[in-house]
Parts: sequence; C-alpha cells; structure tokens
Amino acid sequence: MSLITTLARMEAVREGRAQPLTTVRHRHLSPRPLAFVPLTTAGEAGAPLGALVGTDRDAPRLLIVAQPRDRDLRFAFLAELAEEIQPYLDSYADEVDLEERKETDPETGKKVPVQVELCADAPQLLVPSTAGVAFVRLLGRSMRFRRTAEQDPETPFPAPARVPLLGRWLTHYGERSRVPGSCLLLSLTELLSRHWATGQSNLEDQHLGSLLAWIDPPEGAPGAEAALRAESERDGDGLLRCPPAGPSTDPAFDNKLLAPAMSRYDAARTEASQGVAGGAARLRLAETELRGLIASQLRPTWDALWHGVDLLRSLPEGARVADRWKRDRWSYTGHRDRVRAGEPPQPKLDDAVTAAQKLAARETAQAQLDAHEALDDPLVMAGRRLAGEAFAGEVTDVEMAWSDAKVPRPRPLVTIRTEDRPHLAERVKLHRVTADGRAQSGEFAGLADLDGADGADEADGDHGADVVEGPGDTDGLGDTDALSHAHGPGRALVVRLTGGMGRGKEPEPGTVPEKGDLVCWTLFEHAPRGGPELPDVESTPWTHGGPPDAAAPAQGPQPDPMTEEDHL
Amino acid sequence: MIGADPAAAAAHPGRARADEPFDPSAAAARATAAILHDTLHGADRGVVVDSPPGAGKSTLVVRAARELAAAGRPLMVVAQTNAQVDDLVDRLATADPDLPVGRLHSSDPHPYDPVLDGHESVRTSAKIADLAGLDIVVSTAAKWAHIKHVEPWRHAIVDEAYQMRSDALLAVAGLFERALFVGDPGQLDPFSVVGADQWAGLSYDPSASAVTTLLAHNPRLPQHRLPVSWRLPASAAPLVSHAFYPYTPFRSGTGHRERQLSFGVASDGSGPDRVLDEAAASGWGLLELPARRTPRTDPEAVAAVAQVVRRLLDRGAVAVSERSDEPQPVAADRIAVGTAHRDQAAAVRAALAGLGVSGVTVDTANRLQGREFDVTVVLHPLSGRPDATAFHLETGRLCVLASRHRQACVVVCRAGVAELLDEHPSTEPVQLGVTVKFPDGWEANHAVLAHLSEHRVSWQP
Repeated sequence: MSLITTLARMEAVREGRAQPLTTVRHRHLSPRPLAFVPLTTAGEAGAPLGALVGTDRDAPRLLIVAQPRDRDLRFAFLAELAEEIQPYLDSYADEVDLEERKETDPETGKKVPVQVELCADAPQLLVPSTAGVAFVRLLGRSMRFRRTAEQDPETPFPAPARVPLLGRWLTHYGERSRVPGSCLLLSLTELLSRHWATGQSNLEDQHLGSLLAWIDPPEGAPGAEAALRAESERDGDGLLRCPPAGPSTDPAFDNKLLAPAMSRYDAARTEASQGVAGGAARLRLAETELRGLIASQLRPTWDALWHGVDLLRSLPEGARVADRWKRDRWSYTGHRDRVRAGEPPQPKLDDAVTAAQKLAARETAQAQLDAHEALDDPLVMAGRRLAGEAFAGEVTDVEMAWSDAKVPRPRPLVTIRTEDRPHLAERVKLHRVTADGRAQSGEFAGLADLDGADGADEADGDHGADVVEGPGDTDGLGDTDALSHAHGPGRALVVRLTGGMGRGKEPEPGTVPEKGDLVCWTLFEHAPRGGPELPDVESTPWTHGGPPDAAAPAQGPQPDPMTEEDHL
Repeated sequence: MIGADPAAAAAHPGRARADEPFDPSAAAARATAAILHDTLHGADRGVVVDSPPGAGKSTLVVRAARELAAAGRPLMVVAQTNAQVDDLVDRLATADPDLPVGRLHSSDPHPYDPVLDGHESVRTSAKIADLAGLDIVVSTAAKWAHIKHVEPWRHAIVDEAYQMRSDALLAVAGLFERALFVGDPGQLDPFSVVGADQWAGLSYDPSASAVTTLLAHNPRLPQHRLPVSWRLPASAAPLVSHAFYPYTPFRSGTGHRERQLSFGVASDGSGPDRVLDEAAASGWGLLELPARRTPRTDPEAVAAVAQVVRRLLDRGAVAVSERSDEPQPVAADRIAVGTAHRDQAAAVRAALAGLGVSGVTVDTANRLQGREFDVTVVLHPLSGRPDATAFHLETGRLCVLASRHRQACVVVCRAGVAELLDEHPSTEPVQLGVTVKFPDGWEANHAVLAHLSEHRVSWQP
C-alpha cells in the first residue's frame, strides 16, 4: 500500500467516511452494462444456487436452481443463463468500425496495411465482488468443453444449445479480467476500492455492503458503525440484514430457511412424480417459495451493485480511459472472430509460449495503467510524487545547450524548483507530457544552486547552468550523494531535455518549457514497450519441454484414471 | 527431513572429517574441474552450477568462457543486467587481453560502461552482425531476446540463472544448442508485478526462475555446486550456510585468524561503538533499539544506521585479510548499507549526508545482489513493522543482506522481531505441483535472529 493510500485511510478513520483516492474515474463504465449477481450452494463446489442477471436495474431476471444437487436442474439454469447473457454479448458483434492495421504479408513478408473490423463498443459484465469474477471463470471452465447434441450426436449427456458457447465467452471474459486496467468484466468491490479509501482493511473492503457503508454512509452514521451494521447486523430471526454479496451464502440463511424449503421442494417433487393428488401444485408452491427466498438474498446485492455504479458514474471519466477501452474492444472483436472462425474452445492449460505472452502483455498493461492513471489524475500523480517516482515544480531557469555530435542536437538544461524528493541519480531518464499532449524525454543532470544556498560546488562552466555533477557512476546503482547536499524544503533540479523537440538544430517552438512554467516529470515511462517476440509454439525450445507433441489430442491430456480413492 | 539432520551438518561441516584438514582450494578446484569437464566434454545439453555467495561464480564463468573459446567453440553469454554484462566483459578482457569479445548493447544513450573502450580486443555494437565471428559475445537476456534470424550458437553461458525468469529463458533459448547455467539459488527469486498464480505448478510457469523450468523439463542434467565461499569470513559462512542453504552446506575459504577487523580509536561506550566492537570481535553485531512500531523510514533506526557508519569511519577501521600482507583501511567505498525498500535507502543516504559521510554504497537488497564489501550495515527488513508480509519474509532478501561482507555485518533492528515472526507464520497458499522451497523465509529469519541475539547490543538512542 502506498503512503498516500495509508494517509487516505487514516483520514477516512478520522472523518468517519471514505476518502477519494482519485479525482476521475479510471475505468470505463458501459452505458448499458450487464449485471450478474450469482449465489452458490454451500458445500458443493461450483454448484450455482441462483442469480440475478440483466441490463435493467429495475427488472433483473431471477434464475434459480431449486435443487442444486440435481444436475439436470443445473443445466437448465445454465441454459437460462445463456439465454439471458448470450444475446447481450452478441448484440455488440455487428456494429463495427473499420481500422487500419499493419499485417505481415505471407508472400512478400512485408508489412502491409489491411482494413480490419473493430466492434464499435463491447459488452461489459459487472459482478459484485472478486469472488464473483472467480465464479465467472469457474462457470466458463465448467461449460466450455460441454458438447451439444448438435455438435456431437453421440454425446451421452448433451448440453443445452448455447451453453458451451457461453462457457467460451465467460472464459474469455474471466481471462481478460486478469489484464490490469481491462474493463470487460469488473467487480464492484475492486472498482470502488480503486476510487475510495475506507477506514477498514483491504480484506474488509471485499464486502460490498460495508465498502458502500464507508463511501456513502446512511445519514449521520459514521462509516465504521455503518460498515459494522452492514457486515453483521441480524434481524429478530437471526438473519443478516445485508446478505453477503456472494457467491457464498450466509450459513444462518442456509440452515434456517433454505434447507427446510429445499426439503419441502424435494418432498413435493417426489409426490408429483408419483402422481400423488395435489403434488404438482405443492411443487409449484415450493418452487415459488424458493424463488422468493433466493431473491431475498440476491436483491440487496443487486441494488448495492447499482448503487456503486451510480457513485462511480458521478466521477468524470479519465482522459486515457477510452484508449484502454479500445483494447478491450479489440479483445472482444478478436474473440468474436475466433468463435466465428469455428476455432475450438480455449485449452484447459496455456502452453509455455502462451503463458509467457500473457504474462508479458499483462506486465506491459500494468505499467501502462499506472502511467495513465497518474497522467490522468493529479491526485494519483501526487501519490507517485510522494513515493519519489515523480516531481513537479516551477521552471526557474532555461539554458540552451547542444550535444557534441557532428550534427549538434538541442539539449537544453531546465532548472525546476520543487519540494518533492524524487529518487534520482545521475542520468536517470525522465518523462513528461507537454502542454499540447506530446511526450518529452529528459535526463537528470544534477542539482542547481538555490538562490542564496551554500555548500554546493560552483559549476565548472561546461554546462552553462549551475550544475553540480554527481559521482560519475553509470551503472544505475549510483547513489544520490549529489542530492544530499540540499536539505531545505525546496530544491532546484536540473533536467537535460533529450527528446520531443522536433528534428531540427533548434527546438520547435513550444517544446522547451519557459521560465515560470509548471512542469511535472516522472521517472516512469508513459508508453512502456512490450516484451520481445517469443518463439512460435511449434518451436518451443528444449529448456521448456520442446515443441508440443503433435500426436497429443488438441483437447489436452486425458482425464486422470479412476482410482480406489475416487470411490471413497 | 531425510537422513541425517542437514542443519547440524551444515553448522559444523568440518567435523565429519576432522582428522583430514579441509583444504578449501583443493575442494573448489575439484568442483571447478568437474564443471568444466561436463561443460566441455559432457553429453548433456545443459549443466547447472549452484553457487553460494562469493564462491567464485564470476571466476568460473570467465574460466569456462575462455576454455570454450580456446577449444574453438564460439559462445554467447547471457547475463541479467547491463552492470553484470559490463563487469563480465571487463573481467574477460582483463584475464585475456587478446581474446576477441563482443559486447552487444542496447541503442540507448550510454549503453555500456566506458571502461570497456579501454580494452583493445573488445568490440561493442548494438547490432549482432557487427559482432559476427567473435569468440565470445556477451549481452543481457533482454537484448538477446530481440536477436532473430541468426545461426544458433553451439554454446552459451547463462549467468545469474536463478535471477532470470523462465519467460526470459524461453525468449533466448532458441539461440543456443547447449548451455552452462550458473547462479545462486539463495538470492532473491525473480518476481512479477502482476499475479501469475494461474500458472503456478506448471513446469513452464513463466514467473518461475529459469533453472526451475529447465530442471523440470530436463531432470537428468548434471548439477554441480561450488563448495567454498571466498567472500564470507569464517564467522559468517556457517550461519549463512545453515540458515539459507541447509541442504547444500558450504564452507568459508578462509580460517578464523585470516580476517580481522580492528579500530585505531577506542570505543566511547556508545551503542554504535559497542556494536562495532562486537562485530569486529565476532563478525556479527546486532544493534537493538527499543521495540516500537514505526513507519518504514523509522527516523531513529535510520539515524542509528548512519551513526554506525560514521563511527566506523571515524574510528579508523583497518582490515586484515588474505588479500594483502598489510592491514588495509576500511574506506567508505568498502562499506555498504543494505535496506529492504528504496525509500529506506533514500532516508539513509540523507542521514549519512547529514553526518558528512559520502562514498558509502546505500541500496536495496535487489541492487546489492552480486556485490561485495568489507563491512555491511543492514537495516533489518522486519524492524518496527506491525506485520511480516511475504515480501519482508522472503528468504533471498535476508540472504543477500547477510552475505555481502568480507569482514563483519552489523544489523540494526527494533526489538520484538522474534515475537512478530511468531505472530505471522507464512500464510502463502500451497500450490499443487510447486516444489516447496527450503528453508522458508520464516525459518531463515528465526535462524539468523537466534544467531544475532548472541551479539546483541541494546541501545536507547
């Protein structure tokens, strides 16, 4: 946790309500997201109990599994879920923009521009908590390898139509959500805790109810009290007033209400199947009762989810959010194309090359997200400045200088007075965005004399400005003794501009800051490069197991053989 | 535990053959000969060498590279940082001024250490084509990963292979047919800033170390280890070996008498002076401040660290070692301060500057890896903390901090770390298929603390 977040949390404790961590919203919110609030059955891994799903906050569709141990009912639930989600996912597939992209021509090997489709918008799934994201992945995994009767007439237990397809989409969304800054599948707890700091721990922030209680406490109540109530207040029957956001249920609800209702349902079902008079009616009654019970647990979370969406919508969107959302649109379009091309479902496990590619892409995305958030938001940038990763201040002096190259390039020295304490060493690379939004690079050139300050050596004149050269180590391990001379509240740092000034001998107008300008330099890159190209899967090297076995089935390894223990 | 208690064996590695005096040079020479034999004449595609701190890893790499080149087998060398590459090229060129060595570098400004320009036989370039035909080409893994469409080298040496990530090896492994992998398994593991749990347990987990992946796919590769640390003094090797390498013990190359630290000025009785005396006498010193929960940049602890360094310089420390006949003064460039976090390092630098000290290396464990000093002063990673996270418990972090010195190590710490450890047993989830690493950080921390407590100086600043 960064220092500024710790400070915000302490302030939240003192004020009794959450404190903003940002001034803008750093994630894209679709105008028409699909909310999905699932519940699972206790003690039965991955067995759904029910869900509220839909794009209309006032009219969610309630789906339940009246007896989760009955796999036919589970399938019926998944079929209904697919009926609800798949049309939403598909509804964005056909409205496309045309984008130009460079692709390698297989014949000439040259990069040629091609026109490709990019979906104009993409569907967005919202779940209440990170556990909900994990459940989406679990559903995806359990559904995508199922076969429908249409795909395979021989399959002994055919899955309802659309179920495998939804499984592939949920897998894609679950996998995409691991990319930092991606917005196809978001959890409200993560969204809210990115934008507000509460006075409770990160663990407690995973409870949507108590998180909201801190951010938007009911009239007059201090956040801590409201959060405690949201977490643990029970009514006269011992039931939580604010049911958990799932997908796990409250044990008291399971024991006192759900279990007896399910027993009644089972009994009625047996009666109905035996043709006992009135059995069918009792079955309907029992099912209605279960629907009511499950809805009572889901609805508060559904409302909390939309309450969170409202809070987030009240923040203006960050300037670079649309850029990142475009990547999500590419991701959606890419998967749409794979499905249309009839490719098989995603494999159970990534191969070595895919895993490395995903990790590299996510690391780049993380670095980019961190940079974007700081550039979009002065409060986030303040956190980076406090951490010594950036500094801001007023330009007090600009000295023109040129490089020693045959064709001299402009290398102006800009002195900035700042109270920040960045972790600088000689020749550390610096980055900033100019007023007109262009990237500029520079390097740290040393400390300048503050007016009236003593103790720093006089410059040797080579550089024009009053630069105190630090120790000349270039290995990046350098210590910052040069910085230690100045101890006052303000210091003057000299930055040598190295780029972003055009191609000529003289910098283009407006590219060099002027005396009196306020500038902000960062030690981190703004557009981090991706990793190197990795070998093709077919040329996986011997250190990583060699090329995949061509004889191996595309569906991955066979299931483990049955053992004695399987029947314990 | 399998068989005899390895920890006991590690603590007294000499006892088993007390009748036969341990000859460190001979043991090291035997290990080196076996490694070179497997590298030059073995049938396996890879050879793995585990090296404890200061065991002559760089010397081994230089020697193996020269022998391969001498045998007419051009090779590529992969290191992890530019500083490591420059150091290696400098060593190669110094060892054999006629050896044609290529330094492949990035196209950034100031891409390599200008020292290399002083070697006539070293050619530097950002393009691999310019270096074609040279006996040895050295670069970072990151730069090698961008080299495409070249005839693969028959040989490679991968240095610091335990600090290299599996995905980095994947990117370069197509460039060579066989390789010697050298590294220190006890130092900091590679890490990723994003979660990689989804691949935990896979043999090719991209966030694991290169050696882990290599051995998972090629379990029969010959594995060697260097048995002698030439850096660590006789006072430090048993502890570091016992705490961090319980199953692969090593010895120090020097005896108890061969390294000595003394001061020209007597102690003034203050905490820093007393802990320095303790460290000079025993090789270890723990300056314990009163228990307190503090921010990371604990001002009292930082001031204490700076004070110890100041006194070390003021008291005219001189070191006796096997390197020279005369006692050598311990100057600022022979002293390092190690911390866990960058802001702590920055705070220590500022405090040292405030005391008028300059030239002392102050850095985090990550950046001190592979470096060597006479005396180190360490701000304990758990000092003043309310909790013990995986980061602070990481075995490699403490191992790096506790194994940089040739003479003595002073640890500055708040009291109560033992209790803190007991309140925070490691809680990392156990992942299927992941080899459990021994020792875990919790245990290693306790082992080091238990030893340090014998050299404790309590001090109220």
